[in-house]
Amino acid sequence: MSDNKNGHIFSITGNLISVDFYENVRQNEIGYVLTKDKRLKAEVIRINGNRAEMQVFEETGGLKAGDDVEFTSELLSVILGPGILGQVYDGLQNPLPEMAEKYGFFLQTGIYLKPLDENRKWKFTPIAKPGDTVYPGSYLGNVVENIFDHKIMVPFGFRGSFKVSEINPEGVYSINEPVAVLETPKGTQETVTMSFRWPVKVPVELYRQRLLPADPMVTGIRAIDTFFPVSLGGTYCIPGPFGAGKTVLQHVTSRHAQVDIVIIAACGERAGEVVELLREFPQLTDPRTGRSLMERTVIICNTSSMPVASREASVYTGITIAEYYRQMGLHVLVLADSTSRWAQAMREISGRLEEIPGEEAFPAYLESRIASFYERAGFVELHDGNSASVTIGGTVSPAGGNFEEPVTQGTLKVVGAFHGLSRARSDARRYPAIDPFESWSKYNGVIEKQLVEQMHSVLFRGDEINQMMRVIGEEGTTIEDFLVHLKAELIDAVYLQQNSFDEIDGFTPASRQIHVFNLLREIVNTPMKIDSKQQARGFFNKLRQKMLDWNYSKWESEEFDKDESDIRTLINEVSADAEVS
Amino acid sequence: MQKFHNRILSVAGNVITVSAEDVGYGELALVNIEGGSSLAEVIRINGSKIDLQVFSGGRGISTNDHVRFLGHPMRVSFSDNLLGRIFNGSGEPMDKGPRLTENLIELGRPTVNPVKRIIPDRMIHTGIPMIDLFNSLVVSQKLPIFSISGEPYNPLLARIALQAKVDLIILGGMGLKHDDYLFFKDELEKGGALSRSIFFIHTASDPVVEALLVPDLCLAVGEKFALNGKDVLVLLTDMTNFSDALREIAVTMEQVPSNRGYPGDLYSQLASRYEKAVDFENAGSVTILAVTTMPGNDVTHPVPDNTGYITEGQFYLHGGRIDPFGSLSRLKQNVNKKTRDDHRAIMDSMVRLFAAYRETQEKRAMGFRMSEWDEKLLKYGELFETHMMDLSVNLPLEQALDRGWMILSICFDPQEVGIKTELIEKYWNREIKKAKDEGLEFNVTFPEKGSGGVYMSSFALERDEMDSDIPEQVNRNGRNTANEK
Repeated sequence: MSDNKNGHIFSITGNLISVDFYENVRQNEIGYVLTKDKRLKAEVIRINGNRAEMQVFEETGGLKAGDDVEFTSELLSVILGPGILGQVYDGLQNPLPEMAEKYGFFLQTGIYLKPLDENRKWKFTPIAKPGDTVYPGSYLGNVVENIFDHKIMVPFGFRGSFKVSEINPEGVYSINEPVAVLETPKGTQETVTMSFRWPVKVPVELYRQRLLPADPMVTGIRAIDTFFPVSLGGTYCIPGPFGAGKTVLQHVTSRHAQVDIVIIAACGERAGEVVELLREFPQLTDPRTGRSLMERTVIICNTSSMPVASREASVYTGITIAEYYRQMGLHVLVLADSTSRWAQAMREISGRLEEIPGEEAFPAYLESRIASFYERAGFVELHDGNSASVTIGGTVSPAGGNFEEPVTQGTLKVVGAFHGLSRARSDARRYPAIDPFESWSKYNGVIEKQLVEQMHSVLFRGDEINQMMRVIGEEGTTIEDFLVHLKAELIDAVYLQQNSFDEIDGFTPASRQIHVFNLLREIVNTPMKIDSKQQARGFFNKLRQKMLDWNYSKWESEEFDKDESDIRTLINEVSADAEVS
Repeated sequence: MQKFHNRILSVAGNVITVSAEDVGYGELALVNIEGGSSLAEVIRINGSKIDLQVFSGGRGISTNDHVRFLGHPMRVSFSDNLLGRIFNGSGEPMDKGPRLTENLIELGRPTVNPVKRIIPDRMIHTGIPMIDLFNSLVVSQKLPIFSISGEPYNPLLARIALQAKVDLIILGGMGLKHDDYLFFKDELEKGGALSRSIFFIHTASDPVVEALLVPDLCLAVGEKFALNGKDVLVLLTDMTNFSDALREIAVTMEQVPSNRGYPGDLYSQLASRYEKAVDFENAGSVTILAVTTMPGNDVTHPVPDNTGYITEGQFYLHGGRIDPFGSLSRLKQNVNKKTRDDHRAIMDSMVRLFAAYRETQEKRAMGFRMSEWDEKLLKYGELFETHMMDLSVNLPLEQALDRGWMILSICFDPQEVGIKTELIEKYWNREIKKAKDEGLEFNVTFPEKGSGGVYMSSFALERDEMDSDIPEQVNRNGRNTANEK
């Protein structure tokens, strides 16, 4: 293929340009629009005769008909190598901190910086030996990146098997220095550095097999881990109307999730929310490692006022980086907030292409795109027998908070857990506003499914009684029913609800969840000698207060034990059985 | 480099098409129409066919009118001379002042790099408890007021503008009634704030397209002032009119509509404006308060719906009050942790109890007997509505918190409010508790509203025969009509 294939702009509508070209053009190939002082990145999205339609990843203001376009023959790719962790990228993998250093307050159009620091030296330790047979994704060596052993791998894009003919000894190298030479079966030599490119829209599938996700991914959020769990390698979605707390939930998860690496794709959402992560994460320590949380985090940030086309790219950039680290045997969580913005980006482009619109003007291929994105999650067994995973959690922002809309429905078809947030709960400040009646999960959590089911049915029954009381009034309700209602309210108040801003209550470890859950079960199963509703309400108010204080006391502390024995005393006072031990 | 084109190929609505070469996307042109001229902006290029959106509308345009391309996108003059001035949606003076042509800046400047933003943590005190206490406004926040037509949203905007301590107020009116424009002018003049205000006004009778430029004008100017160290408050009313103008253009351009005729990029269009709200490190800030009227009081209508996903919360104006349900300030936790230690607890528990009150109200409406708990809630709801929610209540935050504790103390027992014991011990109103413990009857007087924000509480504790331990006879001197200004 020739290096410089040029074309010329024919028409411009928003960020869509159509370009007359003269040689060959690939679908999804990247091209650059050349103006007098800028190079704007663009992607081919439709080809018709000698005219290619391209979405430009930047503002198109000032472009003119006749401007030159240079095609590159390459698909939209990211650069993979050591130095990604802790970075903040835009959707096209431009490092934003470096951009800020160079250009100040504002983003620059048509400026693309190197995603990885090419001058930084990494200490390389070889793993492979000359003569070894290696495959794409095989480990050649090791560098230490933060707390992880970052494996230097045979580039994923190589095809077939290779023989290691040379490998560098232990030493410090930058990412573009050769570290190994591989011999192809045909006898040609390929030089390998510590970094390589990979097209973002192509899944990395270098593993022995995919396994069924089984181990829970602990988030410290009781409603999730106990009631609607997510497994390592699973997928889940959080749809909810605005203001229901989707992003707070994602942030809390990104902070506490028991995984190795978290990749946050802030896609078309508020810049302010990303700033919170950016400013807080470096200060927070990861309790598992004692290091800064930022060291295990990558932020892909394409906020709502940044160009729409790179919004679409940002989720793919995120998942590709996740797959790269998964190949090293790590567990990676990808949080995409929000997938609706990504879908809307598709809708904008589809509209400009004048495609026949589907429901709510979303393109007809919306569902298959969503499905293929979530399918990139999974729990896998790598070729060396180790297991690794990519878990995906995506928020959905349904128009009008109505879950019937295409993006929510398309997502629900392909995920394994559904955390639906409800307006009613967030209005009543019942956070996290995960609706216990609508949400579901197909995964196993920290507590046996059967036991959870029992508690769940108490919640259901309590809600039924509550509905009924609205019709027949409190006086028409039996004391037994009334007690069930209060028990359900108790479970809600002290277990489902959680104060994510509190240091202790904000994260409940699995062991504590099991402990508290068991006591709650005892309470629910205790027959109570209570005669009047007045007395019942008084008792449960007191109990709730005690248990809330308990939630705020440190796990396995004296205070915790004291609160617990107070609670048991309270229960024994009303218990119809002799003792609750 | 002046280029004349005097062959207009087509006129459709406000969009004209001319044939021209070497024209930039987004470039501005001047169209000479009989009896005047109008600016127009390039919105599509198709080979040599250029579509332009004419700001003054397509009416009366003749096929041989002149179109002159100016070689630059829309610009606005920026200097201190803007202060106290009033312009229309094309940036032309509406007052009798001179045209400003120096130091022109382009509209729609690039986005702020997210890593250069800082976590906003400066609270804007407004003196309105429903804002300060329950949903604090924060410097650099973008917040819409969701409202139906007829609600007093413009007076609310004006009041916040006057009471908030900012350096500069920029008012952007889109489809603003002329009366409302005069109202803002008078209010700011009365409050002595006109000299630190800039108006960009598109009135309801102006051509629709001009409304599209108003937010960009306001925000371009605001951003510049912020970079020069000023704290700027941008008021936009009403963004639904702006969105309707977008829709009109999109339909004329034969774009595929997404929802109720609005273009598919409505979210991105709104976001690119709202995201201009920013707090620059070591410089000033831009805070945006915008009115979004909800057609048919429907929050799922595309405009309020998309807005809600972009902004950092929203205020619902409902029945002349800011409704605690649905109203939300997403940045409040950045500031309410360092106000007073009881701020969050009071905020959460008062709203939770108010939700319970609403439920009880429903039950009562259906004719159920009210339990003792219901009675407590009813009393609470009433006190909360009159002495907290009413827009005429004007209290500094600390006093609003004290009032919150007082209302809780009057209506409930300490363990009923779901607040940490530690805080209850510190703040629960002791006089009232004592009175209730001893079975005394007591009066609580809330002060006259609007009395300059000075708040005095008085307790008249007296011995009386009581058959119930519910405090009675709350004296409501302070109550007044909801419509009082």
